[in-house]
Order: sequence, then structure tokens, then C-alpha cells
Amino acid sequence: MQRIGVFVCHCGSNIAATVDVKKVAEMALMEPGVVHAEDYQYMCSEAGQLRIQEAIKEKNLGGIVVCSCSPRMHETTFRKAAEKAGLNPYMVEIANIREHCSWIHKDMEEATKKAVILMRAAVAKVNLNAPLQPGESRVTKRALVIGGGIAGIQTALDIADAGYPVDIVEKTPSIGGRMSQLDKTFPTLDCSACILTPKMVEANAHPNITIHTYSEVEKVSGFVGDFTVDIRKKARSVDMSKCTGCGVCQEKCPSKKTPSEFNRGLNNRSAIYTPFAQAIPNVPVIDREHCIKFQTGKCGVCAKVCQAGAIDYDQKDEIITEKYGAIVVATGFDMIKLDNYDEYAYSQSKDVITSLELERIMNAAGPTKGHLERLSDGKAPKEIVFIQCVGSRCADNRGKSYCSKICCMYTAKHAMLIRDKYPDVNVTVFYIDVRTPGKNFDEFYRRAVEEYGVNYIKGQVGKVIPQPDGKLLVQGADLLDNRQILKEADMVVLAAAIEPNPDVRKIATMLTASIDTNNFLTEAHAKLRPVESPTAGIFLSGVCQGPKDIPETVSQAGAAAVKAIGLLAKDKLMTNPCTAHSDELLCNGCSQCANVCPYGAISYEVKQVNDHGIREDRRIAVVNTALCQGCGACTVTCPSGAMDLQGFSNRQILAEVDAICR
Amino acid sequence: MSIENNEEFRPKIVAFCCNWCSYAGADLAGSSRLAYPADVKIIRVPCSCRVNPMFILRAFEKGADGVILCGCHPGDCHYTTGNFYARRRMTLLFSMLDYIGVENGRTRVEWVSAAEGVKFSTTMNEFVEKIRSLGKNVRLEDLRCRS
Repeated sequence: MQRIGVFVCHCGSNIAATVDVKKVAEMALMEPGVVHAEDYQYMCSEAGQLRIQEAIKEKNLGGIVVCSCSPRMHETTFRKAAEKAGLNPYMVEIANIREHCSWIHKDMEEATKKAVILMRAAVAKVNLNAPLQPGESRVTKRALVIGGGIAGIQTALDIADAGYPVDIVEKTPSIGGRMSQLDKTFPTLDCSACILTPKMVEANAHPNITIHTYSEVEKVSGFVGDFTVDIRKKARSVDMSKCTGCGVCQEKCPSKKTPSEFNRGLNNRSAIYTPFAQAIPNVPVIDREHCIKFQTGKCGVCAKVCQAGAIDYDQKDEIITEKYGAIVVATGFDMIKLDNYDEYAYSQSKDVITSLELERIMNAAGPTKGHLERLSDGKAPKEIVFIQCVGSRCADNRGKSYCSKICCMYTAKHAMLIRDKYPDVNVTVFYIDVRTPGKNFDEFYRRAVEEYGVNYIKGQVGKVIPQPDGKLLVQGADLLDNRQILKEADMVVLAAAIEPNPDVRKIATMLTASIDTNNFLTEAHAKLRPVESPTAGIFLSGVCQGPKDIPETVSQAGAAAVKAIGLLAKDKLMTNPCTAHSDELLCNGCSQCANVCPYGAISYEVKQVNDHGIREDRRIAVVNTALCQGCGACTVTCPSGAMDLQGFSNRQILAEVDAICR
Repeated sequence: MSIENNEEFRPKIVAFCCNWCSYAGADLAGSSRLAYPADVKIIRVPCSCRVNPMFILRAFEKGADGVILCGCHPGDCHYTTGNFYARRRMTLLFSMLDYIGVENGRTRVEWVSAAEGVKFSTTMNEFVEKIRSLGKNVRLEDLRCRS
């Protein structure tokens, strides 16, 4: 039996308001093994920790229970405090009487009763705790960034500048991401390409950065500090070392009917292509699905015109395997599909477009060379209607429940740019709310209204009806005037919700990183650890974590880089000592545990065992504690009960069950 | 040993929550002040696959009226495959328990992610409601354990 101390925290009034903390401490003294119990205002404070340390020394405690907030908050704090007093940090258990008790119950008597039971369970468990020693593992000083948009580029640059090698893996043929598709950026109206391309060039030229474009992460194994990643480099069909980027192949390619992904399908591209003029690397890829040579065997024009002899039709996908210490996810976003919003006639009229399509139309390098025109007949529009929150802030399952955050600002930007360039065009914006939190954002929006005369109407649009004469009839409501509006427009622009790149779920599964129901990656703590995934060694950069604009993305990218650098700067990491172990006398070497182990941490050895005086050689499971992550799958699979998990042993969990059901 | 009719039945409910998703989901329910009955007591396990059927049998033996196991959504397990094992094991265990008279409503597996505080709270409210309607568990309980 351990000598146990119980420390009950008031957490100001967070716990003490609903739980009778004195009673919990009093009841604790009646538990077997408890020789010390006290309550204090803030156990996590310096003074609180000192009280714990003094009690450990004075009463010679062998284990402690802190009744406080979630172990996810302060377990480390109290473990460190115990360690300072000479107690093994794994002799500390937390009874979560805040998140799981005081914050959700109102009745004091009921909450106190529950807190006492939670305390009992923790005491029962700590009685069976054993001192554990963490092992050490090494750190591979190289980082992987998944995604080559502005988030990925910025993260890679920051890590590379700190002196660590970084690889960027980008799915498309060029880095640049969504930002490269934008025309201007709010609130300063800088040209997007002008501020992005220098960064792309810098990343490409950086000695510490390796860029794998047209590549995807295929497999991830290992753990923090020591990940092994398979990267599939898709066949470009162009030799990167020979290509000079002259562009003749793209000009001469006879297959020019593939919708351009970069221009959101508004015009076509050739089968051999670079997505845009400033692409990095400036080496085209052959889209084999649309290439005449690959489909019919006849053609080969690009090979004939290529002076450098770079075209290689026989190129195959290549899989490279690299080791990394840290992985940053920067997979970005896409616009939602508008199938569920057909009342806005997106599928029926070419003149109903999304904001990102408008971005391409307004861009000098876009399908209309920057001229604002209707895609149906090429005429200049006179009346443009913007519809906000298409798929954002949706109460039903049709769209997204969240606010996409960037739409209010980019719509103000579009409206302002249109009014600036074409003062005779009327611009109307239908909105639910205008949200402009951010530096100089509200001023920007007010300029759109006050200086540029953009007509903002609070209310939603019910329907857009294409008319026989090519115009669009917009049916909406003005909530402030309480009247229905019928408006004829030449062009309707939908601020479609943004959603995480659909591939992110696959990547999150490979990384075992948490992901929420909207496919945003979950951060380790919503406020205090916003750029880290709960999975150690995985960091989050950009919109994969939540909607954000460019300045926020760049700041988060830097933050993620700093966290990754902090990890890479370490030579060794402490490993979790809560690993599985097999009992030599019980193990019969059946191999079932090895079959369920996701980490391949279990192997078998023939060992001599002394079973009650009988010495014999037996095949016994041995756990590699450096690989074991402590999930416990093997412990339940083991038919003879030989496998057990340190820190969460069968006896410990049963003791908790018993204490709760007592 | 009959249940007192004039006193409200307060079931004993054990909830096993995996450390990475469901325990965090329960924390989020707490910090969002989403109430559920105090009858639910949570035991933290590293993964849903750590829950041995023995733990659940023991809970019933010691007088629990319901046991719920919460883990990460299928495919989202921190340990890649743990919740798949848990799902298979519990399917078998629960059908066996049903066979010996511990009704299916007394046992439940639910996937709750770290972001689903609301789901955690509603699940627990539903589960407690269900157990209250089922009444005291009389099967499997070791009467010597009853206080």
C-alpha cells in the first residue's frame, strides 16, 4: 500500500462553487492508503505546487492524487512538481473534477458526491501505480511540409532559414496554391502574384528546401522525431533536368480541350501544360488522361518540337522514402461544390459564377485577359449582384455551419475594384452580416460603401432565375426595409463557402492527426496550442486548421515553423513510458499480439524461463519500447492475459471500475 | 432488495473514454458547460482498444447499470486501427451480454471526436435516459458487492 496524498483544488470558484472541496478532502482521508489530504485555492500555482512538494517530503508520500482540472491541462505541471520533490512523476494521478464534474453539474450535493467518487477512483488507481522511466529517442533533423501554398511556402522558408532541411510536397504541378489564383489582396489591394512569386522563387532557390511538385504523400509511419514517409512523385513525362521551360510544347500541343484547373474551368489548356506563367518549377507535365499520344498512341508533337529532348513518354511514377523529425500540414482549401444550391442557377447560367472565378476573370492573366465580361456572350455587365454566405453559416445539413471568414472582405474588394475600373457598373451585395474584424478591414469595407458607392442590402437571396434575354432575375429580401426585391442583373457572383481540401482526411488518417466533422484538423488546444496537432510532431499551417485570410495564414505558418524548429533543435526526445510488457510466465508465444500491433513493436524471442522451478525454453513476446506507443490493443487480444500496459494496467483500470461502482 | 419506489432511481454508469478523442470531447462538453447527469463517471483509457471485455463484465458485476465506450471515429484512431478492434470486440461482447439478460440498451459504443462536446453531452443524456427507463440491472451483479 502506498502512502498517498490527496490535493483538492478550488480553481478559484470554478470547482469550489459547485463542489464542496473541504468535504472531498475530508472523505479522501477515509480512503485506504491516504495519509494526507488538503484543499487549496489554486493547486497549479507556484504556492500550490510548493504545498504538494512539501507534503511529499514531510509525509514521505509514495503517490499523489490531484483533484483538479482535466489531466490534459495540468498533468504535466503536477508530474514536474512531484519530480522536483523526488517522487517519480508517474506516481501522480489526476481526478478530473472540473470539466467532468463542477462545470457540468449545478447541484452542490450531487457534484460533491461525484467528485468524491472520481477522487476514490484516482486513489484506487494510484495505489497500483509503479514508478516509470521514460526512454529516449532520436530526432531526424529534417521537416516535411505537405502543401505548397502560401502556408506551406512560408513554413518551409522559416524552417529553412533556421538551418534545417525542409521538403515541400505539392500535389499540383506547381507551388503557389490558392494565392496564385487571386488577382488582388485585401485590404491593401496589392497584386497577389507580385507578393507571392518572390516567395516562390526564394523557396525554389533556398539551399535547404527541396520541392517535390506533382507529388503526393503515400504512406507515413513512425512517430515524433522519427517519421518515415513515402512520397509518390507522379510521372511528369518531362525530364526536369533537361526542360528549359521554353513553352513551345504547350503552344504546339494539338489537344487543347481540357478545362484549366488553374482558371477554374473557365477556359481550356493543352494536355502538356504548366498551370500558370510563373509556375515553379517551370517544367510542364503531360496530363496523360487528355494526351492524344497516351490515349491513341499517335501524335508525339511535343517530343518533336522539344529542342532539349526533355519529353519522356516512358517515365514512371517514382516512390521516394525519406525520414523526417517533424511534419507540417498545409493542405489548404477549396470552394464547396454548389450542387446543393441550385436556386442560384450556378449550373444553369454561365453568368452565375463563384468569387474565385471572378478572381480569374479580373486577373490580367486570366481567361478574359482581365476584362470584366459575361462568359455567356462576352458583353460588359452593367448590373452585378453579389450573394454572400452561399453555404456558409448554414443551420441545415446543406452547407457548412461555420463562417468562411474571408468572403465579406474579398467581396468588398471585388465590389471596390469593379466600381473603380468600371464606374458605370452598379454593384449590389446581399449579405446576412458584414464581418470585418482585422486590421484596417472595417475601414476598407466602409470605403467600398462610402467612397465607391457599393449598394449593400441586408437580406438573403431566395432565387436567381435566368431570363430568355440572357439577364438574371434576382429575387431577394431587404430585411431593413422589410420588402421583397426583384432585381435584374447581368452577372451574379456567389461567395461560396470554403472547405478544407478533400484530400486532407486521407492525410490526417495517415498521420493519425485528429480531424473534425468539417474536415478541419483539430489543434492540440483551441487557445494555447493552436498550431499543433494532438499527435506529437504534427503541426498545422493555414486553412487546414480553420478558415483564415492571407495575413493570418502567414502568421500561423511562421508559428508552425517555430514549433517545428523547436522540435528539430532537440537532439533527443523523451518517450512515453506507458508501454506494453509481457509476462514471461504467462506468455505462450501465440503471436496474436504481434498481429494487432499497428507499430510492429512486438517480436518473439526464445528465452529460458523458470516456471515454478521448471526451467525450459519458451517462445515469448518481447515489446520494443521505442516503437510501442501504448495503445493497449495487444493487452486485450492476449488470450492468456500475459500482456499488460504500464500506467493503464488491468489491475489499475479494474480498481477504478470497482471504486466507481462501490 | 426491491427498488424504493418513492426515491428516484439513480443509475451507476461507467463511461470508458479514449484519451485522444472522447476524453477530449468530454473536456470540451465540460468547458462548454453542456450538462449531463452526474450518474456518468468517466474512466480514461489510452484507446478504445484498451478496454478489455473483462472491465465491462466487472462493472456489471459490481453493480453498474450501464456501460458506454467512447472512441475516435472509425478511421480517425490515434493508433490507426484501435477503434476497429474495439468495435468488433464490443459487438461480440454486447450480443453475449444480451443473451444472458443484460439488455443491449445497457451497453453502447459511440464515436465522439475531440471537437464534439455537444455530441458527448447529448449521447450521455440519451444513455442515462435509456438506463433509467430500463431500471436497475439485476443480471450479473454479485449481490455481495451491493452496499
